Formats: sequence, structure tokens, C-alpha cells
Amino acid sequence: MTESLAFMQGNEVCVEAALYAGLDFFAGYPITPSTEIAEHLARRLPSIGGKYIQMEDEIASVCAIVGASLTGHKVMTATSGPGFSLMQEGLGFAVMAEIPMVLVNVQRGGPSTGLPTGPAQGDVMQARWGTHGDHAMIVLTASGHQDLFSVTVEAFNLAETYRTPVILLLDEVVGHMRERVMIPEKNQIPVIDRLRTSVKAGVDYHPYLPREDGRLPMSDFGGEHRYNVTGLYHDMWGFPSTNPKVVHGLIRHLTDKIRHHAMEISRVKEYHLEDARTVMISYGSSARSALHVVNHRRARGERIGLLELQTLWPFPYSLVAEKCENARLIVVVEMNLGQMLLQVKRAVRHPDRVMLANRVDGVLITPSDIQSILRLIQGKGV
Amino acid sequence: MAVRDYIRQRFFPHLWCPGCGHGIVMNGLIRAIDHMAIPKNDIVMVSGIGCSSRITGYVDVHTLHTLHGRALAFAAGVKLSRPELRVIVPMGDGDALSIGGNHFIHAARRNMDITAIVMNNRIYGMTGGQFSPLSGSGTQASTAPFGNIDPAFDVVSLAKAAGAGFVARSTTYHVTEMIDLLKQAISHRGFSVVEILSQCPTYFGKHNGMESAVDMMENFRKNTKSLGKIPEGYSEDKVLRGVFVNENRPEYCQEYERIIASAMKGET
Repeated sequence: MTESLAFMQGNEVCVEAALYAGLDFFAGYPITPSTEIAEHLARRLPSIGGKYIQMEDEIASVCAIVGASLTGHKVMTATSGPGFSLMQEGLGFAVMAEIPMVLVNVQRGGPSTGLPTGPAQGDVMQARWGTHGDHAMIVLTASGHQDLFSVTVEAFNLAETYRTPVILLLDEVVGHMRERVMIPEKNQIPVIDRLRTSVKAGVDYHPYLPREDGRLPMSDFGGEHRYNVTGLYHDMWGFPSTNPKVVHGLIRHLTDKIRHHAMEISRVKEYHLEDARTVMISYGSSARSALHVVNHRRARGERIGLLELQTLWPFPYSLVAEKCENARLIVVVEMNLGQMLLQVKRAVRHPDRVMLANRVDGVLITPSDIQSILRLIQGKGV
Repeated sequence: MAVRDYIRQRFFPHLWCPGCGHGIVMNGLIRAIDHMAIPKNDIVMVSGIGCSSRITGYVDVHTLHTLHGRALAFAAGVKLSRPELRVIVPMGDGDALSIGGNHFIHAARRNMDITAIVMNNRIYGMTGGQFSPLSGSGTQASTAPFGNIDPAFDVVSLAKAAGAGFVARSTTYHVTEMIDLLKQAISHRGFSVVEILSQCPTYFGKHNGMESAVDMMENFRKNTKSLGKIPEGYSEDKVLRGVFVNENRPEYCQEYERIIASAMKGET
């Protein structure tokens, strides 16, 4: 594969990047605005010997990819709001059973059927906490197609590294927007493959006994090691257990394996933050508008910068605190009622300096929307 | 091999109540696998949630104990991603046909080569005796203290209508027949369903005046009849046992291989 220039929709970029990362099994159910991911994969996967299956609903889709991951495949499903709600149960299973998988949620406006074709970023908290019980979650996003490509590859890499589901939380604008993207050559972006056990056949293999570095080498279903996988709390053989020591050890392992690597998992982009007195924090398509405003105001000499988050969860609290250390004003730009705003307030030294610039009417927040809000906050009128 | 060679003895004793029929099904299933000499590494057993679903913990094959009702959806992912594996899915009646009803009919329609076993004890045992969609009207359960008004599904008719290529029924009383039907189901290339009537003396029995497992099994003998032994003009109202459907229909994974072949040639 050589490097090539393309002009395509975000959903298609996601597909190309997933294939680049080694995706070879996809199960899904049609839903706007993510459907193009399924459509492209229905054509692309069999042409490389991979498998595409359209399941009866989103519940079955997430379950099917867990099954395929266990036989040793790189797997993905894609959905939007209502389907994402239906997938929460299966997502929790993948957390508990430590199954590598990528779940793409191209966000629409919610709650319920909401605004199928309108952009929103209202699933930030659901992505973090949608499945029941304490857990850690890796959630990534991107604002443009070149980043979307590398972030999608990263989603697969993190899923395999930490044996966990990774959510790619896109929004309708990024999913449907068309722009240029350079499809990298093979090996230009590192692709991490699954760590498999070196335990020989006939030797007792402990599928759920973490190594010293916290990693759990896997054995494919159909291979030499027969073991149990369950959504119940389980011991090192994968057998159900209610032993308090086992339960405590497992929940700590499941959360610590992500928490302890939050800095390695964190991806941010910084624009003009060095001397910024006003720091904007944004992600996804909102960050495009925020960047436009930053560039415009910088040209006029204002000390303003943008911190664009590509890793939403685990939230980079210490990094956000550091970048906002000298800020007089911190403006979170997002298309919801302030879901990331809360995290930023938790992170910074002066939460009273954190303001929200948002729009929740199914229309992309524009640079002029942000400009108006900034003028208001800065006491300059509209 | 002996039956114990298929068992994970480390995890015994099992959690089933005295008199429960599910151990008989597990024993029958192991014997069927043993008669067919299928290597243990080639078998993936996928289950959902419930008493029946605990089978997966005890059998020494690749085992996946999943979510309530979703076993067939997980199984589809296992099978399509590695079609050479034998996929067997033991389920309870509530698991397979209430919360898992949609997955069940679509699995039958798709006709992927998976064997579904419905261990039908007509009750939710794990949660303590609530009625299931197979309890039937007139039965008693902890959530039907004044009698159940919910009619029951007929598993065989449902599987047949949804397109399963192989559909059979037996009971825990008719063990040799059960083993034979399981062997046929596992050999069948396509989606196969075996309903096995199983006794739950602890809950279904207690609520319905049959606290003895032996009496419940005796009822399976009295109230069922083999399809092969039905005389002309038979009109008794007994539950029938045997093979109801055995047809070769296009199997999903094989069909998908054709898709791959055309996609690779660049055909559209």
C-alpha cells in the first residue's frame, strides 16, 4: 500500500483507517448518521477476505463482534444514539471479559430518536458511564479527517494493548463532512497486534491472570487452550467467583489498567497555548469552529489558544490543569449542555473562570456563534 | 473418552438443585459429542444467563458465558469468524425465547451452522420461580400467584416457521433418544434446534403440585409420544417427540464464502 490522496466522507475515512489497523470482522445495524460505515465495509471487507454481517439489532451487533474478537479477529461495530443505548449491555460485557473491540458512535441529537441528521455531542457522559457498574473506558474523537484516520488506528491499538473496548465518539458533522485525507503507506502509522500467550499446549493457561505489567496475553477460541469467558466476576481461569478478594482484585485491575496509563492514552492538540490568557477547550467538529476563532483573534493580537481533546476519557485532568494555569478565561466549546465543562471545572485551579460556549439546536456551532459568546463573556456586547 | 474427561472437575460441585434435569442434558450432550469424536478444541459452547447457561462453566471446551438472551448473537460472531469450529448453544426457555426471542428467530432465519439447545423447564429458576413464555396459561409461578394467563410458545413450531433447518424435541426421561437427536442436530449443516423438556422440581414442581423430580420425569414419559409411533388418525393431546424438520438449506457461512469469492474477483 502506498500513500495516496483521497477526498472522502468522515465515515469512509473511519472505514479505511479501520482496515489499515487490521479490521477483519464487522457486525452492525443501519442507523443514521453512521450507516455509511456499514455500507462501505459490506463492500470492502469481503474483498480482503474479511467478514461483514448485518445483525437483527444493535444488541446482537455488539455481541457478535465480541464473539469474533475471541476467535482472534480485529473487530468493530458502528452506531448512533439509540443504537449506542442498546449496546451498553454488550459494552459492559466486553469491559468485564476484557475483549478488544472498537465501537464507533457517530453522535446525533438526543435523547431518544432525537435528531437523526443533526450534529450533537450529547453522548460524552453516556460513553463514559453508559454501562452499569464502576468501570474505566477509553473514548477517542477527532475533528478532521487526517486526525480521524490516525485516531481510528489508535483506537484499535489501544483496544489490543489494554484488552478493552474503545469507543470512537464521532459526531454527525465529522461523519458526513467531505475533505481531503492522505491515506498513509503501510507501517507509516504503527499497528499493534494482539498479544498472544506463549504458554504451550497442555500447560495450565490462566486467561485472567495479569502479567507483572498488567497485560493479559490472549489465546484464540479454537486454539490449544480451552478456558471460560464470562460477564460474571471471575477468577484467573475465567470461572465465576463471588470471593470478595477475587471481586476486589478484578474491579481494581479493570479500572487501574486504564487509569494508570491515562497519560499514555491521552491525545491532545495544542494551538497557541504558550502565552494564552484565554484558553478554549473543545473536541470533534466544535473544535474546528473554535480553532477558526482562535486564528482570527490571534491575527488581531489577542492571547488566545485552543486545547483540542482527542482523548475524552480517561479525561486528562492534570494536563488540562497545567494548560489552564495562566488562563484568565477558559471557554469550553461543545454541542451539549456542558458535559465536558464539568470535567474542566474539576480539573482547573479556578473553576469560576470556566465558561461554556455551546449550541444544542441540531446545528453546528459556528465561529460567529463562538465570537458572540466570547464578546458577551468579555463584556464587549454582542 | 469417559464423560469425566469432558468435565472441568475443578469447578464441581455444580450449582444445580437436587433433581434438576439440566445435569441429564449436560451428560447427554457430552455423550453425543463423545460418540461423534469431535475434538474438544474444535467446540465452542456459548450460553446466556440462567441455570441452564451454567453448563458452559463445567464442560472442558472453549466456553463463553454471555448475557441473558444474547448467546446466539455472540455465537454468530464466533461461527462466522471461524466457520470450522462447532458451535453449540445451550439455553433456558426464558433465555432463548423471551429476552432472546428476537435473536432466536433471526438465527433460525439466517441458518448459520449452530446447534441451539432449549432446555425447557417452563420457569425462571435462577431468580426463584417466575413464569416464562413457556410456562403456559393455567400454571402457577411466583409472579402468577392467581394463575398464569400468559399462553406459551411452541418451540418447535416457532423454530420451524423461522426457518431452522433441523428441529427436534425430546425430554430428560428419553435420554438415549435425546443423545441421538443431539448428534443429528450437531451433524446438521445449518441452524439446528433441539428442545429438551427438563424438570425443575424446586420451582416449577413446587408451584404446580409436583415436588418430586421422579414424578415430573414420569410425566414426560406419560404425556409425550414419539413421532415415529403415531398411528393413523391419532388424536391424543400429547407432546410429540422426535425430528420435525430436517432439510438442507443454504448455510450462511458457506454462502458468505461465495460473497468473498465474488468480492475478491471484483464482481459487484
